[in-house]
Formats: sequence, C-alpha cells, structure tokens
Amino acid sequence: MTFPRIASGRQLAAAVLGCCLLLPGAALAQSGKTLKFIPEADLRILDPIVTTAYITRNYGYMVFDVLLAVDEKFQIQPQMLEKYEVSADKITYTFTLRDGLKFHDGAPVRSADCIASIERWAKRDVFGQKLGDLTDSWTAVNAKTFRLKLKKPFPYVLDALAKPSSNVPFIMPERMAKTDASTPVTESIGSGPFKFVKAEWVPGNKVVFVKNADYVPRKEAPSWGAGGKVAKVDRVEWIYIPDSATAAAALNAGEVDWWQQMPPDLIPLLAKNKDVKIENTDPLGSIGLLRFNHLQPPFNNVKLREAVLAVVNQNDYAIAIAGDPKNGKPCASFFTCGTPLANSAGSTVLTGKRDFERAKALVKESGYKGEKVIILDATDQPIVHSQALVTADLLKKIGINAELAASDWGTVITRRASKEPVEKGGWSILHTWFVGPDIVSPALNSPLRGAGEKSWFGWPNDPKLEELRDKWFDAPTLADQKKAAEELQLQGWKTIPYIPTAQLIIPTAYRSNIPGIIKSPVTFLWNVEKK
Amino acid sequence: MAEANPASPPVVTPVNSGTAWRRLGAALRRHPTAIAGGVTLLVMILVAVLAPWLGTVDPTDVSPIRRLKPPSAEYWFGTDMLGRDVYSRVIYGTRVSLTVGLAVAFVATLIGLAIGLVTGFVRWLDAIVMRVMDGLMSIPSVLLAIALIALTKASLTNVIAAIAIAEIPRVVRLVRSLVLQLREQPYVEAAVASGTRVPMILLRHILPNTVAPLLVQATYICASAMITEAILSFIGAGTPPNIPSWGNIMAESRSLIQIAGTILLFPGIFLSLTVLSVNLLGDGMRDALDPRLARRL
Amino acid sequence: MLGYTLRRLAATIPVMGVVALFVFSLLYLSPGDPAAIIAGDIATEEDIAKIRARLGLDQPYFIRFGTWLWALAQGDLGTSIFTGLPVTTLIGQRLEPTLALTLCTLVVAVALAVPLGVIAAARAGGWIDRVVMAVSVVGFSVPVFVLAYGLVLLFAVQLEWLPVQGYTPLKEGFWPFLRHMILPSVALGLTYMALIARITRASMLDVLSQDYVRTAHAKGLAPGTVLVRHALKNAAVPIVTIIGIGIALLIGGVVVTETVFAIPGIGRLVVDAILRRDYPIIQGVTLLFSAVYVLVNLLVDLSYVFFDPRIRY
Repeated sequence: MTFPRIASGRQLAAAVLGCCLLLPGAALAQSGKTLKFIPEADLRILDPIVTTAYITRNYGYMVFDVLLAVDEKFQIQPQMLEKYEVSADKITYTFTLRDGLKFHDGAPVRSADCIASIERWAKRDVFGQKLGDLTDSWTAVNAKTFRLKLKKPFPYVLDALAKPSSNVPFIMPERMAKTDASTPVTESIGSGPFKFVKAEWVPGNKVVFVKNADYVPRKEAPSWGAGGKVAKVDRVEWIYIPDSATAAAALNAGEVDWWQQMPPDLIPLLAKNKDVKIENTDPLGSIGLLRFNHLQPPFNNVKLREAVLAVVNQNDYAIAIAGDPKNGKPCASFFTCGTPLANSAGSTVLTGKRDFERAKALVKESGYKGEKVIILDATDQPIVHSQALVTADLLKKIGINAELAASDWGTVITRRASKEPVEKGGWSILHTWFVGPDIVSPALNSPLRGAGEKSWFGWPNDPKLEELRDKWFDAPTLADQKKAAEELQLQGWKTIPYIPTAQLIIPTAYRSNIPGIIKSPVTFLWNVEKK
Repeated sequence: MAEANPASPPVVTPVNSGTAWRRLGAALRRHPTAIAGGVTLLVMILVAVLAPWLGTVDPTDVSPIRRLKPPSAEYWFGTDMLGRDVYSRVIYGTRVSLTVGLAVAFVATLIGLAIGLVTGFVRWLDAIVMRVMDGLMSIPSVLLAIALIALTKASLTNVIAAIAIAEIPRVVRLVRSLVLQLREQPYVEAAVASGTRVPMILLRHILPNTVAPLLVQATYICASAMITEAILSFIGAGTPPNIPSWGNIMAESRSLIQIAGTILLFPGIFLSLTVLSVNLLGDGMRDALDPRLARRL
Repeated sequence: MLGYTLRRLAATIPVMGVVALFVFSLLYLSPGDPAAIIAGDIATEEDIAKIRARLGLDQPYFIRFGTWLWALAQGDLGTSIFTGLPVTTLIGQRLEPTLALTLCTLVVAVALAVPLGVIAAARAGGWIDRVVMAVSVVGFSVPVFVLAYGLVLLFAVQLEWLPVQGYTPLKEGFWPFLRHMILPSVALGLTYMALIARITRASMLDVLSQDYVRTAHAKGLAPGTVLVRHALKNAAVPIVTIIGIGIALLIGGVVVTETVFAIPGIGRLVVDAILRRDYPIIQGVTLLFSAVYVLVNLLVDLSYVFFDPRIRY
C-alpha cells in the first residue's frame, strides 16, 4: 500500500509537534510578578530622539530617565536632578545630579552623559532647536554638576528640558548620545526604572522589560512624569495585539492585565466583567486636526478654507472618531483644552451655527471651479480614517469635488511631504492627531506656524503668525503669555492654517488587581502593582 | 452536481464555436444548478445596474449621530460606525465586485491568449516567457496582487490590473498547451506545409478552438478575481475605502464583530452567493463545452 | 533518480531568479518612502534625506540589486529597516504559528478530502456524491475570511465553545494550542479541501472505469480493497499534484487567516511590512514563500515514482 504517503496524518502531526517543541522556550514561566500590557502600537524603533513615534517615547520612559519633569499641576519638578540654579541675569543655569544614579550597565550617570544627550536632542526636537539656537555653551563643572550658558535670556529653558512628549530629552550614556542625530542608537542602556530585554523582543508581538533593581526613585509621590518612579512589578511584557476584538477577549479572559487604548465601541464587551475597570486616565487626550495644503490651489485661497471652517462640526468628528460623546468632545482652541493657554478667543467661528449656505456662497466667491481636491486617508489609522470620511462628506455637501486618496499610513506620510499639485502626486487636505501635551503652547504647536515652506506639512505662509509666536517667546509672565496665545489664536482663525476637529479621550481598560495607574497624558508603567 | 461523466472518452476533436453554443444551451438545460447559478448571477447584475432604484440612499453619506443602529424598518441592514446605511452599501458593493470580476476575466483572458498564442508558435520566446510565468505562478497570487497594488495608488483600475496580472500565467499555460496540442493536428500541419503564414494559421485554425476552454477558464477567473478583490480590500490594500465594496465593508467593521456582527454578515453572504453563482455557471459550461477539461480543472 | 533530481533542482534556479528580480524591482519602484516613516511626524526634509542615505536607499538600482543578491547568496535576507533586526530572525520568531497553522490545515484538508473524494467516486451519482460535490463548490465560493467570520460568529460568539481569536504556543499546553487552531484550520482548509476532494473524485472515476479495476472486482476482491489498493494508488498522481499546486492557495490564505485570527505568524509579518514599506521583510518573505512552493512541487514530482510504476527517472 503506497498511497498512505499522503494520508500519513500521524507523521504530519508528529512534525507539527516536533517543530513546536524545538522552538526555544524563551519566556519560561515567571515566578515573580509580571505585568502584561497591551500597548497602543507596535514598538519598532528603539531611539526616542530619532523618531517622534509615541510608542518609542513610551519605551523611552521605561528605559531612560529625564532631568526635569512636569507634574499634574503643570509645575516643573526635578527628576534626575538634585537641584538647579538660575543666575540673576537669567543667562547661566547650573544643574546638579542626584546621588546614586546608574546606567543599566553599572556606570554612574555623569555630567558628560547629560550634556551629550541634551545636545543630540537639541538637533532633532523643535523646542530643542530653539534652545540650541540660544545656547552659548554647555560645560561640565564636575562629574555631577554641569552648566548651561545662554546667548540671551530665554524663559523656557526648563520647559524645554521638561518636555513631556516627543521628543523627550532622555538621558543616555555619552557613547550612545554621540551617535549621529538621525541614526538610531543600537544599544538600549538607560538609567530608567526598567531594563529592556533585547533577546526577548519579538517585533510585531512582544517587548519585555525587567525591573531595574539599582534604580533609586525620588521620595515624592508620583505625579505625571515627576515624583518617585517605583517599579512595583518584576517584569513587564508589552503584548501587541492589533485586532481590538482579540485584545478585548484577552483582557476579559485575564490573559493580559492592562489594555492601554481601547476603542470605546467595545466597552459593552468588557462592561459585564466585574474584574475589568474602564477609565479615562489621560486628562488631556489627543487633538484631531484637519490640515490644508496652503501651497497649492484650491486651498491656498483663504475663502475656501473659511468655507470648510463654516461647516466643520466638532461634535460630528468627535462621535465619528470616538463613538461616544464621553470619549470625544469639541475643543475649539488651537491649544489643548484643559491646559493654561487654551482659550476661546474668536472660537465662535467653530462653535457657532454650522452654515452650509454661507459655505456655498464662500465657495462661489473664492472662484473655485470644481478642481479636484485630494484628501489623504490612512485606512489603517482609525482616527485618520474617520476624519477623512467625515470631511469628504462635508466637502461634497458644499460643492467641492473631493476625492479620498486611500492608502496606509506609511504612504500618507510619504505623500504629505509632496509640495506638488494634486495631479502630480500632491494633496489638498490631510488629517492627523497630536497628543495633548504636544500642542499646549506656541513653542510646541508645529501646525500653527506660518513659516511657509519651512513649516510643518501644509506649509502655511503667514508672517503674522510667526511674529506673534516670537512675541509669546518673549512674554515674561503667564498673564502675558495667555494674552499672546489669544492673539495668536485670533490670527489663526483668520488665516486658518488648520482646523482642530475634536479632543479625544481614549479609555484605558485594566484588571482590577493592578492598582496604582498614574493619571497622565503619557502612560507610565511604574507605581502599578499586581496583586 | 454539474459534472460530466468522466468515464466517457476525452474529446480531442476540435469543436467549432457554433456547435459549442448549441451544446452550451443543451447542457445548461440539463443542469439545474447551472441554471440556478445563471439566474442568481443575472439577479446580481440587475441589482448592480438598478442599485439607485432599490430603496437605497447615498452609500457614502456619513452621519455619526445615527451610528451603529441595528437592522430596522428604516435601515434594513443597520448602520455602520459612521452612520452609513449598510443596506445601500451592500447593494452598491455589487457593482464593485461584478466590475472587478468581469473586467479581470476579460483582460486576463485576452492578454493571456495573446501571450499564449505567440509563445506556442515562437519557440525561442517560449522558454523565456514560460520561465517568467513559472516565476509569477510561484508567488501566491494574493501576495503578488498586494505587492503590485503597493506599487501604485489604490484605485479600482489598479486593483483590476493587479489581479489580472496575477491571473495571466494560468491563461498562458492553458492556451500554450492547447496550441501545442493543436499544432500536431493533421489539418494544422497541412496548413503549415502548404506555406500558410503563421498569423493566418493562428487566426483560422488555432483561435476558434481555444474559445470553448477559454470561456470556462474566464468564468473561473471571474470568480477567483471577486474573491481576491474582497481579500485585498479586507487587508486594506484594495479598492479605495470610499468606494463601498464588500471587502471594504467587512474590513471596516471587523473589530465590531461581537458588537454588530450583522455588518459583516450581509456583505459576506452577498459575496459568497455571487461567487457561487459564477462557479455553478462555470461548472455547467465546462461540462457542456469540454468534458476533458472537467478533470483538469 | 539522482540525475533527475539534480536536473529538476537546477531547473528551479531560473524560476527563483525570476522571482528574486521581480520582487526586488517591484519594491524598488514602490512609492512609499521608509525614510519618511522612520523620521516620524515632525521631521524636516534634510532629516529624511540623511536617513535615506544611511539605509542605502539613494543608491542606483543595479547596485542595490547586486548588494541584495550577494547577501542573499550568503543566506542573509537583510535587516528590517524599522527594527534593525535580521529578517531571518524575524521570520524565525514567526515560524511556529505559521507552520502550525499550515500543517494543521494540510492534515485536516487531506485527511477529510481524500476519503470523501474516494467515497463520492465509488458512489457516483448517489447522495454522498452530491453532498460532497455541493460542499466542494461552496468551498470554492466562500472566501477564507467570510467563512472565518461565519465560524467565529457561530462557534465563538454565539456558542462560546472556542476562543474568538489569538494564538497559544504549543509549549503552553496542547489543548489551549488546539483550541486556538481549530477555527483557523477549518476556515483555511475548506477551499483546499474542496480542491483535493474534487480532483480525487475525478481521478478515481477515471481509474474505476479501467479494465484492471473491473478485473479486480471480477476476481471477487473486497470492494474496499479494490478501491484503496488498486484504484486509489493509480489515481494518486493527480491528487498529489493538486496538493502541491494548492500549496500556493494555502500560503495566500495564510496571510488572510492570520489577519482574521490575529495569529502572530509570517503572514501577519508580511502584511505589516507592506503597510510600513519594510522592503527587506517583504522581499525575504515573498522569496521564502516562493521557495517553499517550488520545493514542495519538486517533491511532488519526485513522489510520482512511488505511485506510478510506469514513471522511471
């Protein structure tokens, strides 16, 4: 009987078993406490200075530490620093490191490490570049003390160094920080509360960290990125599950402890489970935005931008993206609602009656002749995709010939860099989102700039915006800053560099046996216990 | 089932297309399943053509306020996460699927036929072309189509082109094998011997005899193209998402399977039913036109 | 036999060459720019240009192809642009789920399809035959992901017998592993099964009408013995051939099935890579899948000798 060569199911079954048994048993059962966490995205790049990707920033907070950090009252607190002193003329800043700070390879953290790290960061980050422009020199006074000398006073030195979101000025060993600023570092050695286990890293699936036993946390209670970073579990596993239905099932079954960002639509699946809690731990959320291409027709015409502004209904965007009014709300300011500079100056243009007749009249007035408008759409990014579909529908209703250019996020990122007309691969409108801390001030809000081709994609050219931004930089007190921010906003409503579409609060879901999650715009994994 | 009795001796005699049509009619009458397939397909074509008059609204009309409504008298299949009417989207989706299926079948068959005819007669070209075809065929067709679409921007035309390219090698192989077989036929050899020019031989003797098997092949390509389109859209590398295709509707709502499973159910049923009808029709035609092909698939 | 094997092996080289050239050219021409993606949201154009230069993306076509081929010849599939890990490592990490899924599906499909095809042929025209052929045409018509969602809705959401999605490695226990494998294997296996059952039936019908089968029956051999020992053995060549050819279908289906069931295998790896324009991964995986296909079909060719005594190499 020769046939059963095919039917030898037993042999095949044996092969299945055999191949599986041969695979390395990398993650053996852990007796210590392991926190299993579903992150918002897949970690791909291990250098938080080279990329602004939020997932890499979050990795950065696990592995690296920062000199200064902002707390929940928007106050700047020392983190790695023991103290800092500012000279009377506001030109010289002297920083002193805390005792006992050590990198994961055992070497102490020195002034030279801090200086090299800050200098590398200042080459990449927008805020850092501003600081870099005004820097005269960085000098190491001794192993633990270093000094910054400015060319002229700059009121935001500490704000820059305490920047909570991408790019965060993380402190790396000097040898890593000497890497070219556009080349990712190859090591993962920081002085943060967790160590990265490279051998167990499976991109697209799993990232593993273990507690850094040598870490000396501050004594203060944790508050955002400030205060004591106490690792209360021995091991953290980030398990990337792109499919939200699977993630919900995994949390329900207790296979994971914490799901960082869950789509609000799936709340009913978890609400029945008494062991699962759903909360909004991010006080600022993310801001969605509709960005025009100011270089190319037809949106180089302000009348047409006004027409769109007249019909954008933030409630629609909020519900389309978040699904539930609890998780998405209007925010009619260019600065993150819930932060000091957010204001309502001139915001009635966005909160008033949505006027389709006026919009149509404006379209007519602009001389628009039915030219094709391209809306970039990334189908793999729900926040982008929902906004794109809502905008496409709005444009259709006011008589603009809009076409969705659908692709993946990767292609959108490539295509949005094109300054060409739409016929040559350019674009007219794009959507994206920024996390709250990224647009709290004129220093950070890159889409609100008007520096023409040097601006962020969309390239609005509005010298008045730039002038008002500089005015804000020179504002000495908070009251002056607020006033400058209002003026900036009023100018923004006039030239409309972009339209904020909604403020989204993405809920987090976790098993009730992991108390201690810090409420913060960035998700931190210290202070979280596992019972 | 629509299957000829494979025990009957293989039909090697070339058929002329007139008889073929008559036999097609006869066979379809013999096979009720093929008729059911044909009728279903016809209904689907009518649905596609008459979409605006079948109680539908604009399938792209977004209205977040009425999102995720369950099926009701107002929204027969419910609404999706952006408040679009699922019934209208599924009905308009018929257009996309049928367009892709028919266009791919037509384009792939035509190009495959041209390449196959030429390689069957031009020996030195044959080796090169067939290596390229072997290479293409060894890449799984879904992967090949995704890669091709990644190369261009997502549009219906590009989806059709990408799927057609992945299907061409199969047609080339079939045509080439037919040509090689027919070349051995005495009347073709006679024509060659009498100095008839190659294009004339192709046109007069070879081409008519490829029609029947190609028609069957084209039906299967149509079915397979509809499935591939749905898969591509589902993965996010297919028809642009503002065009309501069945794959797109399912892709967009797949995370909601436990909340609003019906959004996935309806396009899934429509898609399966349409592909099934084409396959049944193909089986009937195969039996009628070329029983020998029945066992070769 | 050895000579034939070597000749066939040599014949696969041009095919793989075509695949290599094709895959490389395709991605060379592809519009997405990995440098822009790496650089992130707030990068300037100079940053992007620098990254592009570092990755060698600014080199001319033939230099990049040559570099790639040379490395390939040394078993180096390159390094993922994003993670900086070797592609071989990434594929290795994902091998278990994909291998498990493919083999489970293969076992399920073959173990069901061949007996069904044989029975259908033996009882040609009977109700079993009709059911088998009906199931097989449905199997051709329902796309993998539609069937997958149907199964999930029924068995996981409604009845709650099996998990909705996900993958559990075998080392965490056989039953958890199997529970997660059942729905994906069935969903992926149906089309494949339909194909094999159909060919088995057709091939058996062909053989059953041959004289030696009639003789065997006339000799009074048990019908089961005749079916398996005489008929099936002689009908095996087309069946094995279709199993080989069907591998392409199976591999294509793996990409979709892994997406639906969130299985962290090679299919997901390549879909993610395409979305991110991670060229080396796409190239490596496509090449791997093609090589598997070519290799399986080479084995199929060689296996003919066991089934058909008339074939000698």
